[in-house]
Amino acid sequence: MSITIVYTVITLSAIGTLSAVVLYFVAQKFKVYEDPRIDQVEAALPGANCGGCGHAGCRAFAEACVKENDLSNLFCPVGGNECMSGVAGILGLEAVKKDPRVAVVRCNGTCEYRPKTSNFDGATTCAIASSLYSGETDCQYGCLGFGDCVVVCDFDAIHMNPVTGLPEVIDEKCVACGACVEACPKMLIELRKKFPKERKIYVACRNEDKGGQARKACQVACIGCSKCEKECAYDAITIANNLAFIDSDKCKLCRKCVSVCPTNAIIEVNFPPRKIQKETTESTTVNQ
Amino acid sequence: MLKTFKIGGVHPAENKFSSGREIEALALPKTAFIPVGQHIGAPAAPVVKKGDKVKTGQVIAQSNGFVSVNIHSSVSGTVKKIDLIPDASGYAKQGIVIDVEGDEWLETIDRSETLVNDFSFTGEEIIQKIKEAGIVGMGGATFPTHVKLVPPKGMKAGLLIINGVECEPYLTSDHRLMLEKADEIVVGTRLLMKALNVEKAVIGIENNKPDAIRLLKEKVAAYPAISITPLKVKYPQGGEKQLIKAVTGKEVPSGALPIAVGCVVSNVGTAFAVYEAVQKNKPLFERVVTVTGKSVKQPSNFKVRIGTPASELLEAAGGLPDDTGKIISGGPMMGKAVTSLEIPVTKGTSGLLLVPGAEARRDGRMACIRCSRCVTACPMGLEPYLLMTASEKQIWERAEKEKVMDCIECGSCSYTCPSSRPLLDYIRLGKGKVGQIIRSRKN
Repeated sequence: MSITIVYTVITLSAIGTLSAVVLYFVAQKFKVYEDPRIDQVEAALPGANCGGCGHAGCRAFAEACVKENDLSNLFCPVGGNECMSGVAGILGLEAVKKDPRVAVVRCNGTCEYRPKTSNFDGATTCAIASSLYSGETDCQYGCLGFGDCVVVCDFDAIHMNPVTGLPEVIDEKCVACGACVEACPKMLIELRKKFPKERKIYVACRNEDKGGQARKACQVACIGCSKCEKECAYDAITIANNLAFIDSDKCKLCRKCVSVCPTNAIIEVNFPPRKIQKETTESTTVNQ
Repeated sequence: MLKTFKIGGVHPAENKFSSGREIEALALPKTAFIPVGQHIGAPAAPVVKKGDKVKTGQVIAQSNGFVSVNIHSSVSGTVKKIDLIPDASGYAKQGIVIDVEGDEWLETIDRSETLVNDFSFTGEEIIQKIKEAGIVGMGGATFPTHVKLVPPKGMKAGLLIINGVECEPYLTSDHRLMLEKADEIVVGTRLLMKALNVEKAVIGIENNKPDAIRLLKEKVAAYPAISITPLKVKYPQGGEKQLIKAVTGKEVPSGALPIAVGCVVSNVGTAFAVYEAVQKNKPLFERVVTVTGKSVKQPSNFKVRIGTPASELLEAAGGLPDDTGKIISGGPMMGKAVTSLEIPVTKGTSGLLLVPGAEARRDGRMACIRCSRCVTACPMGLEPYLLMTASEKQIWERAEKEKVMDCIECGSCSYTCPSSRPLLDYIRLGKGKVGQIIRSRKN
């Protein structure tokens, strides 16, 4: 009986030793060298795996950082400059500095300003609605209000406002990963420069129709009158296809464009009230 | 035992109210809105400019690529502008707006009603004439007919199937056309046979149109190469692949075209348009449109010029009923709800359906109860519940593996779902995304 146990132990030990030797050589033969810096870089990243950098998660971004050996085209919007300087320190490279950005919804077509002309009762996603037709209002460029942007946000930074029917971004939570920008079939969301005190000035409209038609569909539509373009002293405003656009990198937040806009399509957010109160300042309180 | 396709299918109520009404020519519109993209493929390029005088039948936009067709003026008058005009989906697309003045046709068009029975054209000549006349599939898919008539290299058509099924409920435009233009359709069929160089043609008609079956049987008696096949009533028998299966018993392989089994399918409307184009030199600028619905005063079939606003058709059919909840361009199964009455009739508009308010809205979506009715109903043998879930969860690989691209968007799954789940909506989304992925892989 005991001899059986001895034989068993010897046999199994022999197999084990042999396998270990074989595995050792196999492991040597097929060894894949992985740069240890990849792990270090990954540890320095926020680990959100949001894809905001354009790569499939933080690991893929870390691999790209090490492989490229150049950080000029790589940036983690979640971690921001601080995180990137950490990565640069590990790799001994120079990181590009970028202004922090925040998502902005460029539509102010609330139920009040933009009346519904039809009802959609299909599947409630923007992707499906936009593939079927132009939307429940006469503005084919405006927000559909089904919240695809809310669904894709990993950071709980965008919510639908049930009163206005439009999504609203919570600036403190937004990391500018760009998921909502991708998700919006109407391309309404833009990543804009983050200003101090979360102040913003932007054209809350994407309507490229001619003025009259745009205005008919929505009271606060940009009609492309170019008054703001003329008013802007910093060359930040351009008009293309009957639509104004304010470049947030050039904008100095002077608010002159806001006061000249005849349709209140330009919105100012988080500014103190103006000294001379005008009736038209109601737009300052809506959205955001 | 009547022939039909084997798997799936549903039986919606037929409601063919307008089948007894003769085709009436609708009065000319005051202004015609003619989109340059009325077909599958590249939109045509406008060749007229503001202020130009045009005659009825004149080319106003030239075919722009291989899969594209010419667009002809459907009226005579002055080009008011070339601008963006909203199409049936509400999105603005390029179109030509013409102010109508009189009705002066191109001199080359034979306006008489006399039947021109004989022809001596070669196949190429016929295809060329079809191409110039801007003919597309009139069943609704609007695929350029001349492209269909030239099989890809190494493939040979053996059978032409003329689609007189009209399986969509409510619609009667094809039915009326078969009754009133039977001779012309037979000539059109012979022209298409010549163009394809096939020996045999079958006209498939569902058994709910016995008058059309009887009449066409008489008309083709002189042509042994053409036969009529009555089919059992089942939706979506008018689908190309379903019709081939019903008529020949052959199944088109996944991802392949009907030519893979030696068949080419054309609608009766297309056959009629081919007759007019080849024998009468008349390009495609008018078509038969059914205006119907449960509350419509006079459900009718109109011969309408392309570019006529939908509102004028409704007016002629007794006006917009008060209880209208939804207006659909096309039939109730595959048609699309429209957002405005100003949308123009295009080459693919087979009908305008006015749905009363109570029927217009969908029931709320409920959970899937795994009854698998959608699987039973799917005429392509797919699993709609699975495709919907894959699309909803954005698992595109799975959707592709489960053959989402084979879906013909007939809507049988959504129709049959007891939980009123938006199956087709999601499947269509998946089809779009998977199609994009496949195209990007090829590049």
